[in-house]
Amino acid sequence: MSRANKTFDERSIWWRVGADFLQSRVAVAGLVVLGLIVLAALAAPWITPQNPYDLMQLDVLDARLHPGTPSSSAGYTYWLGTDGQGRDLYSAIVYGLRISLLVGVGSALIAAVLGTLVGLLAAYAGGKVDALLMRLVDLLLSFPTILMALMILAYMGKGVGNVVLTLVLLEWAYYARTARGQALVETRREYVDAARGQGIPPWRILTGHILPNCLPPLLVIGALQVARAITLEATLSFLGLGVPITEPSLGLLISNGYQYLLSNEYWISFFPGLALLATIVAINLVGDQLRDVLNPRLQK
Amino acid sequence: MTSAPEIPTLEVRDLQTRFHTRAGVLPVVNKVSFTLGRGKVLGLVGESGSGKSVTGFSIMGLVDAPGRIEGGQVLFQGRDLLRLAEPERRALRGARIAMIFQDPMATLNPVLRIDAQMVEAVHAHARVTRAEALERARQALALMGIPSPEERLKAYPHQLSGGMRQRVAIAIALLHGPELIIADEPTTALDVTIQAQILSEMQKLTRERGTSLIWISHDLSVVAGLADEIAVMYAGRIVEHGTVDQVLDDPQHPYTQGLIASLPSANARGARLRQIPGMAPNLLAMPSGCAFAPRCARASAACGAAMPELSDAAHRVRCFHPGRVELAA
Repeated sequence: MSRANKTFDERSIWWRVGADFLQSRVAVAGLVVLGLIVLAALAAPWITPQNPYDLMQLDVLDARLHPGTPSSSAGYTYWLGTDGQGRDLYSAIVYGLRISLLVGVGSALIAAVLGTLVGLLAAYAGGKVDALLMRLVDLLLSFPTILMALMILAYMGKGVGNVVLTLVLLEWAYYARTARGQALVETRREYVDAARGQGIPPWRILTGHILPNCLPPLLVIGALQVARAITLEATLSFLGLGVPITEPSLGLLISNGYQYLLSNEYWISFFPGLALLATIVAINLVGDQLRDVLNPRLQK
Repeated sequence: MTSAPEIPTLEVRDLQTRFHTRAGVLPVVNKVSFTLGRGKVLGLVGESGSGKSVTGFSIMGLVDAPGRIEGGQVLFQGRDLLRLAEPERRALRGARIAMIFQDPMATLNPVLRIDAQMVEAVHAHARVTRAEALERARQALALMGIPSPEERLKAYPHQLSGGMRQRVAIAIALLHGPELIIADEPTTALDVTIQAQILSEMQKLTRERGTSLIWISHDLSVVAGLADEIAVMYAGRIVEHGTVDQVLDDPQHPYTQGLIASLPSANARGARLRQIPGMAPNLLAMPSGCAFAPRCARASAACGAAMPELSDAAHRVRCFHPGRVELAA
């Protein structure tokens, strides 16, 4: 055990984090599931029998078929059934994952960069700039998220780009608050004084010295925010304000199947819901383990 | 000091740094003056809170709010640092004036490798390629007697021992061949053998390169072997300043005498260790006269009435009753 630790010790900090991460089987399972989901989303055109966004490939006569029914025109079986437009649900889910992941990861990344910059700036500038930025953050975080999202989307209109923009507008505040708090702690560390004593310019100290020390908590928030963004996108699409109906994401698929739930045609909502659940749980498992691994207080 | 018309490396005149806290204004550094010639080593000695570290930070221009430098001059080779704009000061910082800090674990950035930190420090003042910067880093490490610098460069701070980390920190300070190094208790966190090694290397470096050094310490015995001059600080003021021999062999201020008497080596074996009675004064509620008077066996009515001035001789003392009087045990 101690020998193993030593070899890791000679590598980088991230190497050690990786080794610690693998200690939890549940988290590894989450990582594997997440990896498979991402792979499936990336390889969508090659592993699905149908392009669910190409209306020419849909057959309205095949609408709302039970799982396992063979296609009437094409030569494949609808293993997960079809939706109200005759889409193969398996294909729709894999393509829907693409949109959900794109929206989730995209918005989380943009929000992370933006929020971190704002947070660092607030911590570094202090005074009025800090107060102003942080009150804005408080304001954003105190509003009900869905309400804000609905307001923004109602103003800007539907579409994947607008959903990403909405999510960014809602989420940067989390990163900003964390980055500021972390940067405030780090700014008081002696290595910052040492860097100043070496004559390194302030912006370089901020980005090159303080930022790397703020990354672990931001990474954890990022992971969990991806899950949040995906859920939020699903919610917005379910409410009919997200992505366009011709390119359904997971949330929109669930929404489309909702009306048939009571007539025993459970699969239209159920399978996309299952995919969404698996994605969110996998991301959260990975995020939780990251948090434990990166938290120095929990280190053994 | 000497007859040569040479401009001293550093001349501090009436430096005054105060901390504006909610509880009041703290005169942390109060009218501190001293001169440091080229290649000379000044030991700045005092207990915690005496203002010695803040004096160092003030010279570096690294005093943060609520602290403020409110008076005096810091003449570095004749130029007043306090009048320079921040970019100009930054150009000097790390290049001509370097600082070494107390805790070698905290001084190095924990998430960056040594090579990254040293290259960054080189690039702060020299426009050279990365390869050239690495070469300079390697030379600086070798200069500090660090074995296999190549491997150390690839290490993270937590992979190095405390002594090794402090050597790296000193190597970083030496990168640009500064004329003045301010060392803030750099060996306090190290064990005695490492401390001795680092002290001898610093001594060698200052001799060879003519670097002036301010060695801030609470430990008289460390300073004794290293410094040319000693300045003793108490409650923000210099109370005694002279050559090592003057201050250690012929201490004039009762506080200095108390410090020397309280060294374990100065006490008879088995006897109760001597200590200076009382505590350092609260800077918010300073006694009206001499700050040391409440703890001083020699204090008279005059001591409670006014603060004595620092005498103007080569061996400066701030006391109404200087001299070698045996303290009552």
